[in-house]
Amino acid sequence: MSKNKSDSLSMYPVKTKKQVTLIGLIVLGMYLFSMFWTQREMVGGFSGALSNMFQVLEKFFPPNLSVLSAIMGPLFQTIQMAIIATTIAAIITVPLALLSAQNVTTFKPLYVATRTLLNLLRTIPDLVLAVIFVGLFGIGIFPGILALIVFSLGILAKLISETIESVDMNPLEAMRASGANTLQMIYYGLIPQVLPQYTSLVLYVFEINVRASVVLGYVGAGGIGLLLNQQIGFYNYPNAMAIIVMIFVVVLVIEYISNKIREALI
Amino acid sequence: MAALQLPPKPKNSLYKKIKGILIFLIVAAIYIWTFVSIDIDFAKAIEQVRQNFGNVISGLFQPNWAATGDVALSMLETITIAFAGSLMAAILSIPLAFLAANNMMGGKIGSAVGKWILSAVRAFPDIILAILFVVAVGPNPFAGVLAIAIGSTGMLGKMFSEIIESIDMDVVQAMQANGANRIQILFFAVMPQVIPEFLSYAIYRFEVDIRASSILGIVGAGGIGTMIFFASSNRDWSQMGTILLGIIIVVTIIDFASAKIRRKIV
Repeated sequence: MSKNKSDSLSMYPVKTKKQVTLIGLIVLGMYLFSMFWTQREMVGGFSGALSNMFQVLEKFFPPNLSVLSAIMGPLFQTIQMAIIATTIAAIITVPLALLSAQNVTTFKPLYVATRTLLNLLRTIPDLVLAVIFVGLFGIGIFPGILALIVFSLGILAKLISETIESVDMNPLEAMRASGANTLQMIYYGLIPQVLPQYTSLVLYVFEINVRASVVLGYVGAGGIGLLLNQQIGFYNYPNAMAIIVMIFVVVLVIEYISNKIREALI
Repeated sequence: MAALQLPPKPKNSLYKKIKGILIFLIVAAIYIWTFVSIDIDFAKAIEQVRQNFGNVISGLFQPNWAATGDVALSMLETITIAFAGSLMAAILSIPLAFLAANNMMGGKIGSAVGKWILSAVRAFPDIILAILFVVAVGPNPFAGVLAIAIGSTGMLGKMFSEIIESIDMDVVQAMQANGANRIQILFFAVMPQVIPEFLSYAIYRFEVDIRASSILGIVGAGGIGTMIFFASSNRDWSQMGTILLGIIIVVTIIDFASAKIRRKIV
């Protein structure tokens, strides 16, 4: 009797409880395996590493701020690369997003093909793109910009096509009924609905590109990463910390500005 | 017969006009600065691409099947890094999210502090965190786990706190009125509302972390990135083809699975 009472008081049925327990155990098992697998080559294990960590991180402080003037050049170059890449990606993404939006491209094979291409594009990490473009075009900022363009195209086109798919189709239908052609429909019906979101997403991708461009220098694709790599390679940690602090500041400032612009738009 | 009257056009205020012109001028100045000071050696790039094109592209499309085993092992390591890292982040970010949410325990000051911590953590690109942890705990996959864990905490904490802020507070107030204590409110009013979305975002973050952890190896933090680094230094394009194939397959499968699971949860 008392057992029945406790069952009826419980919020969830027994079956759900069993399922949740099972899933919890699987997740825990995968976690333990992951922890074991990632630490198998470690000397001293988890606790050794953690006790050591703060001691080693102290080497980074204080950052050597006297190298700031030398950092500025590559840092601005990084931002410029992100600006150019984002701009070009923002232009190319428009036709791609239209082609991969279900309510604009009614021809199904074309829609599926563009979608598949974009999904494939998004699986390739930015670093791999950079490596391939450096292999093709040699060392420099040009392959870096190309890598950023292709990388951001995948993200941007997907997000924007989703925005296009969520627009209110009623004004467009009303326009078609009163005899507007496709271009007029896009210009007067679609663009006013999509433009604020579009700008916001482009800014978001710009933020992603600034972060991503740090890694490009590691494979010779220009920007601040090359300098950081060198300083870490020379064990010159205070200099490296100065670079890291500058990247941190730039990312924060850009995030702040783009948040302000976004608030003004929406 | 009265002529058809159109509604008057909305007039822009002077303030809005000036603001628009100002933003336009700033954007134009940024673009001029960018395009004047950046220099790309197109002639060299074109010459390089002529030499390398056949080599690189044919290598990429002729994967080195002998390396399949190594790639599979490295991908497993990447998955374990991402899994351990995102689970740690999911757990770490819950208290931070409750602190940052303005309708929970923190009050105004706590919420500001929590939001500040989260956005400071978010401003570090993953690769920078990986560099720091590689120095701190040595070049092994566990450095990658820590980098992913900290990097994801910033983003997940922000998402979680937004979810907490959007819950239905009526339930909380009703429980308060009935004399429930804080722990009861947490478990019976807040948790049921937030858990499905928390899980959904955590799983989505795992998807993102798979991509992120695949590049960490370039700074020595384990996973497939290590292989990318060696293949790119050796200009071994068929090896790179195998790696690329491995990444595409794994990321596609995980994206697909996570989309399925998330659709079931929410």
